[in-house]
Amino acid sequence: MLKYLAKRFLLLLPTFIGITIVCFLVIHLAPGEPTALQTELNPNITPQAIGQLRTHYGLDKPLTLQYALWMKNLIKLDFGNSISSDERPVWEKIKERMPITIYINIAAMVIIFLVAIPLGLISAVRRGSAVDRSITVFVFIGFSIPGFWLALICMDLLGVRLGWLPISGIHSPGYEHLSFIGNIWDLSRHLTLPVIISAFGSLAGLSRYMRSSMLEIIRQDYILTARAKGLSERTVIYKHALRNALLPVITILGLSIPGLIGGSVIFESIFSIPGLGKLFYDAIMMRDYNMIMGSLTIGAVLTLLGNMIADITYSIADPRIRVG
Amino acid sequence: MNVKKLIATVIVTCLLLACSPDNNKEHMTGGAVNDSPVYGDVLVESSIGDASNLIPMLASDSASHDVAGYIYNGLVKYDKDYNIISDLADSWDIENGGKLLRFHLKKNVLWHDGRPFTAHDVMFTYQTIIDPKTPTAYAGKYKLVKSASLIDDYTIEFEYDKPFAPSLISWGSLQILPKHLLEGQNLVSSPLTRSPVGTGPFKFKSWQSGSRIVLEANERYFNGRPYISGLAYRIIPDQTTQFLELKAGNIDTMGLSPLQFLRQTDSQHFQAMYKKYKYLANAYTYLGFNLQRSPFDNINIRRAISHAIDKQEIIKGVLLGLGEEATGPYKPGTQWYNPDVERFDYDPQKARNLLNKEGYKDSNGDGILDRNGKPFEFTIITNQGNPLREKTAQIIQQRLKTTGIKVNIRIIEWTVFLKEYVDKANFDAVILGWNILQDPDLHTVWHSSNATKGGLNFISYKNAQVDELLEKGRYSFDDKVRKQCYDNFQKILSHEQPYVFLYVPYSLPVVSSRFKGIVPAPAGISYNLEDWYVPKGLHKYQVVP
Repeated sequence: MLKYLAKRFLLLLPTFIGITIVCFLVIHLAPGEPTALQTELNPNITPQAIGQLRTHYGLDKPLTLQYALWMKNLIKLDFGNSISSDERPVWEKIKERMPITIYINIAAMVIIFLVAIPLGLISAVRRGSAVDRSITVFVFIGFSIPGFWLALICMDLLGVRLGWLPISGIHSPGYEHLSFIGNIWDLSRHLTLPVIISAFGSLAGLSRYMRSSMLEIIRQDYILTARAKGLSERTVIYKHALRNALLPVITILGLSIPGLIGGSVIFESIFSIPGLGKLFYDAIMMRDYNMIMGSLTIGAVLTLLGNMIADITYSIADPRIRVG
Repeated sequence: MNVKKLIATVIVTCLLLACSPDNNKEHMTGGAVNDSPVYGDVLVESSIGDASNLIPMLASDSASHDVAGYIYNGLVKYDKDYNIISDLADSWDIENGGKLLRFHLKKNVLWHDGRPFTAHDVMFTYQTIIDPKTPTAYAGKYKLVKSASLIDDYTIEFEYDKPFAPSLISWGSLQILPKHLLEGQNLVSSPLTRSPVGTGPFKFKSWQSGSRIVLEANERYFNGRPYISGLAYRIIPDQTTQFLELKAGNIDTMGLSPLQFLRQTDSQHFQAMYKKYKYLANAYTYLGFNLQRSPFDNINIRRAISHAIDKQEIIKGVLLGLGEEATGPYKPGTQWYNPDVERFDYDPQKARNLLNKEGYKDSNGDGILDRNGKPFEFTIITNQGNPLREKTAQIIQQRLKTTGIKVNIRIIEWTVFLKEYVDKANFDAVILGWNILQDPDLHTVWHSSNATKGGLNFISYKNAQVDELLEKGRYSFDDKVRKQCYDNFQKILSHEQPYVFLYVPYSLPVVSSRFKGIVPAPAGISYNLEDWYVPKGLHKYQVVP
């Protein structure tokens, strides 16, 4: 097992380097430069100033050298500085937005799993019944409704008209003076809408996945055997079928790990949440190369690790695919 | 109760509790309203983007400059009618026909940390901005200075090679930085980029990235402390969300869209809570032709297109009527605007006649004019993310179609748009906008020397007479001479129509009605923010958050 792990881990390295090279090339292939937004169409700016800025950011060096320098810094775990007016270290900017993004994503994921798995299970067990059909309609409504629209409607209703929930942002004014519990409370109230609405849109995928996985399991011979033994339907479903049906879901869980740091640009904009999605999106629009590379690198590492963890947990859960 | 049920109950309870009404909200305190200026309360503004750097010369985004504008001062500034008045400088002398500027500085000014402000700070700021190591985009105007000399602690002189009319106000846009905190430091990594120290009416208090920036009144401000105790900028990237926050009373001011201004803010409740303002914005939108490409190098073709476009229709369709026709690059009703120029009213017959004269006829009867077997077809490009410009393009497309010109529209992402199309003059016609600056000098946009790759004269407009007028206007300190130059300049532009000047939109700000002392003027409303106040009894916030 250890040998297998080590091998898997070593294989990740070349993949990782490949990813960074491709990313680096692609973002430099896109027309435009970080200095473009600062300097173009501005009557106050002279061409010399543009040249000076390019030199300052090191954009006048050949691409290969730029990559080599970036890699050299990365080995020291330094993502460089953001190529924008603030020039703060990329890691510092990511770090300050990471907690809120992860918090929202974990909260949403917990809700999705807690709601979608039972829904899928009921759908499968009562296949074709009115309950199954209502659940299908419900999750597909969530899937089809544009999230930003639902968000605005809820904000208007719950925030403006009824005044039950804050509309946007993550803190109330003066939250610094609140107690620790008060602070958590304040934060939870602010995040209620974003979390529930983003979870609502994702119920369909997982519940359908769960439903089909469950349906397949129910048809298996060992379920027949279990029933033939005279076990109660409860035991058959929860003990024998559910455990097996959950296997593919573990894979999804592993693959969602990189998603933990990916925020939704639309939700973050609408709810004014200072998260990583908006940071990354703005970086792309401004061609902030270091910031983009920083985000992509973290994303790549988490994806690779997520894959590996999924494989490992899979082999723990299912002895048939255990290696070595 | 088993564990699962317990967890479920806890979650449900949490969600329900989180939905309960907000009890912490501070309500307006009742009582008699005494309408005289008093200190207190906080103005909550909203901004679409976060600031990036609060050392203004390093920042290029408007959010940073808006916030920094309250923290720092320049030597001079514009008043409500765009006259240049004193700021950090008490008075100034202009000598040698404008070649020498001497500033006498105010003596009672303190930095926010209590240290006195002197001419050494001005010198330091000047030296910093012209330093090639400073990554600033704004050094151009200060590099024209031949020599700078300190006369004493409160007097400083700048000498120029030749007179440069916008030089005086350029000392208003240079925000003076504290020498004692920055000398010998690396400007880019200085803590002042995130917690600035200035001389302005408001002091920096706190900044939560991506959420909120808070400033508080400077008790020792040299013009007296502002009445309002604090300014809070909430960063709300979505305009619809901003509007919802406004309706809920959580922000005090924002700029409305024409639709919001006309249709969504009419309720009595809203009218009681807010006051709407309306004045011409400092910007215009235009359709610019690539003068290097045929047939746009032909003046009659350009004039024909101008006659074929109905500007009023665009203003009605795009701005719901909340704008005015542009006739040139200056703001209607201001000092430099010349109303006495050729107008291009919507007249499709006149347009058609002009086109016929240039050899365009509909010879195959398909409704599109053609010349030498080639139909008259061209592409208008504009940038993504500006629905006003996209709609303008569509209205122009429809109008030109009825005149017999086929127009295609391409919407392109901003950086690609600039780099691949505008900079390389790779377009037929472009819809864009310019800000209208207060100094009339437009050398960078219209002078033939700027018709270079990456230059601002990307339509390649070259007119020797205009060049001469722009130079004369730029190097004269006599407003009468300048007025004459720029009046003639506007006449030539209007005659030649290198741009179809389309519209100047209205700014439509709204401010909570508890703020008094707002006097709309040509410069807008926020020029006298220090004088705004909330009468006693209407205060909403007791402490600066």
